Amino acid sequence: MGDWVDFSVAGVVRAFTAKVELGQGIVTTMAQIAAEELRLPLSRIVVVSGDTRVSPNESYTAGSMSVEVGGMALRIACGEVREAIIAKAAQMLATDASRLTVEDGAILLDGSPSGIDYWKVAPAIDWERRITAAAPFGDPGDAAQIGRSVARLDLPRKITGGGFIQDLELPGMVHARVLRPPSNGAHLEALDVSAAALMPGVVKIWRSGDFVGVCCAQEYQAIKALEALRAGAKWIEDENYPINQNWAHSLPGMRSIDSESEHGSFSALEDGAIRVSATYSKPPLAHAAMGPSCAVACYENANLTVWTHSQGVFPLRAALAGTLKIDEESITVIHVPGAGCYGHNGADDAALDAALLAREVPSRPVRVQWMREDELAWSPFGSPMVVKLEGVVTPERKIADWSTEIWSAPHGRRPSGRATNLLGAAHMDPPVPFPELHEDLRGFAGGSRNSEPSYEMTHRKIVLHSLPDLPFRTSALRTLGGYANVFATESFMDELALAVGMDSLEFRLRNLTDLRARRVLETAAGMARWRANSGRGKGSAAGLGFCRYKNTAAYVAVVAEVEVNKDVRVRKVYCAVDAGLVINPDGVINQIEGGIIQSISWTLKEQVVFDRGRVVTRSWEDYPILRFNEVPVVEVKLVESTESAPLGVGEAAHGPAAAAVANAVSRALDCRIRDLPITRERIIASLG
Amino acid sequence: MSTKHRLIVNEKACEVVVDHYDTPLLYVLRGDLGLKGTRFGCGDGQCGSCTILLDGRAGKSCELPIWSVEGKSITTIEGLGTIEHPHPIQQAILDFQAGQCGYCLPGIIMAAAELIQSEQRPSRDKIVAKLASNLCRCGAHGRILNAIEAAWRKAAQGAGE
Repeated sequence: MGDWVDFSVAGVVRAFTAKVELGQGIVTTMAQIAAEELRLPLSRIVVVSGDTRVSPNESYTAGSMSVEVGGMALRIACGEVREAIIAKAAQMLATDASRLTVEDGAILLDGSPSGIDYWKVAPAIDWERRITAAAPFGDPGDAAQIGRSVARLDLPRKITGGGFIQDLELPGMVHARVLRPPSNGAHLEALDVSAAALMPGVVKIWRSGDFVGVCCAQEYQAIKALEALRAGAKWIEDENYPINQNWAHSLPGMRSIDSESEHGSFSALEDGAIRVSATYSKPPLAHAAMGPSCAVACYENANLTVWTHSQGVFPLRAALAGTLKIDEESITVIHVPGAGCYGHNGADDAALDAALLAREVPSRPVRVQWMREDELAWSPFGSPMVVKLEGVVTPERKIADWSTEIWSAPHGRRPSGRATNLLGAAHMDPPVPFPELHEDLRGFAGGSRNSEPSYEMTHRKIVLHSLPDLPFRTSALRTLGGYANVFATESFMDELALAVGMDSLEFRLRNLTDLRARRVLETAAGMARWRANSGRGKGSAAGLGFCRYKNTAAYVAVVAEVEVNKDVRVRKVYCAVDAGLVINPDGVINQIEGGIIQSISWTLKEQVVFDRGRVVTRSWEDYPILRFNEVPVVEVKLVESTESAPLGVGEAAHGPAAAAVANAVSRALDCRIRDLPITRERIIASLG
Repeated sequence: MSTKHRLIVNEKACEVVVDHYDTPLLYVLRGDLGLKGTRFGCGDGQCGSCTILLDGRAGKSCELPIWSVEGKSITTIEGLGTIEHPHPIQQAILDFQAGQCGYCLPGIIMAAAELIQSEQRPSRDKIVAKLASNLCRCGAHGRILNAIEAAWRKAAQGAGE
């Protein structure tokens, strides 16, 4: 029990979780959960997250599982702690536990103060006792927090001053920059450090193979020294670096390791049945967080401390130990919030950068700040994907056959004890290269996320072609394969509906028995005043998209209204969500709104572009994201759920929003665009 | 060769010494003066995270070399409001829970502050135009616009009395 809560400071309870604040409000939600189960006001809870010294090892904050899994673990633990304290208090008061209640941490006997409180009883508890998950969730009464839209605890600080990893400042700290290669496959032939070494404030310049770093007393000194190092570096680039960006054609041509799943059977095409096939594609996408990656590390007395915004402090610690060839026990990793974190971004790489340089400047904290071009060019990308669909619809408008082929590079190449997967490690001498992947399909599994549609179908077959040879780094980006698979599935549902002359909503409902799925679809359609079979090619239209994220998490249905001139403008978005037990309703709505806007940005504007091995999209100008004058008005409704547990929502809206927009554009233009992003060029090309 | 510069930041006079004459104000604020609320997002003037007020007008501190702001009144987010005494826009951001990661917010709040301090009539279109070069990646745009509009209208009403 002692892994989860601590009463050593009077009047306050520290609650431990390894789930970290990514901007999704999770620290607030955890505080609500702890407060409710301990029957304490929110103000008495301090959430400690992501610290290898005290947090439970809960792997990563990812997969929309923070509340579903992390929150529920904390809830169970706090409930047991409460029961254990009451039982011990009963012993201490020589009375029956049924006469005891808790108010603001004080133990009341028959409603009157007993003279003892949580903090007096806590030292007598057996904190080594394991959680049994046997205590029931009782009625919290006035202590109820679950279901309240509690304001974010971390927001006030973040809008009046610092609060991010980028703001951490420690005594004696030096500022560092890393000179990254100009392209994938480039090698540093020669480095003339003489100009940089003479610059003001330079404390250390360190090179190992293709890894070059400089530490200075002040930040701008480091930026100028970096410029001087760049000018003094001679890189040999690979003129023939094999990246073919026509993803729809190049991915299916690559070597693949195939896996498949099949349900039901399908024999022959009956009279009057219709077969449709279509291929969809999605480019590599960048995290493009507002705050480029950053880390601080300090080596002192053979102990390394790292402050990082990594999603997984324990796996990072293991990867650092392996790379630096030191004991894990000598490393402490502490999470400090970064800017928006949407998956495996550059945070872990920056942590290694800082650790490597800290080793060269012992006893002084080293702060590495990535530049904007580092962030856009060297963070892992969301994998490009191709999804080919074939379907058969009977004369009764039922789906008889559904066949999917997916081509994708990895969606999971996070650093851990098993595989280093750190940028600096691959560049230094001797390198710790990214591991070969063809032995281990686990890193590819995300490619089939949400490839199994929720619809009824007599036969379905899903084939995942995992591509180990894509010569640039891909890893987890919000939804993993879910965004592309739902975009494809839901676009295809519209194409099937059109082929059989049925309205998009009606066709879905005809093939959907899951009541909760039907409920969100009907709710969203109602919000949008969906008009069946509205005309095509009129320049403006509404489109529909739906999914149950991971087939186990939240149900989301989206209707998007668009206008198409030369560009697509999304005017209004309606969304209905079944998120199970909602801990913080406004938090859920905030996440869904954010997911919709981010997805529209991906769908209309974003693609990573290469020139041979070089990432060309290195600035906000080259890699535009949705702006204030381009965002739609978004309306979200949480529907009543029959589910008693929380369901993850952080990634649930992306796929449906993309499909809703694509389907609306298709109706507005009477022309289907299947390759993302839906840019002006693609619209002109498809209309021409 | 280092140079000395006199600045007025949040109504306090101070002196800084820099080694590079072109040092952007952003790094002086964050490093020399310890004011961490003005953020580094791109260093290129394209995201607005570094926005401050210079003589009451929004400016991007990553693009303002230190020599160009001498003698001018610089306001950072710390000078606009605090947790105990928030500026109306900051309060509105909290009331509307208009943020997710929060990284973009100080820059947006400073840009909006210029509007609110101007004598103009509140309008959502003006807010959208003012935020033309401010980016948000988490998708909090709708709430941010609602919050700023509410704060502006409230301030304008107050001024009208």
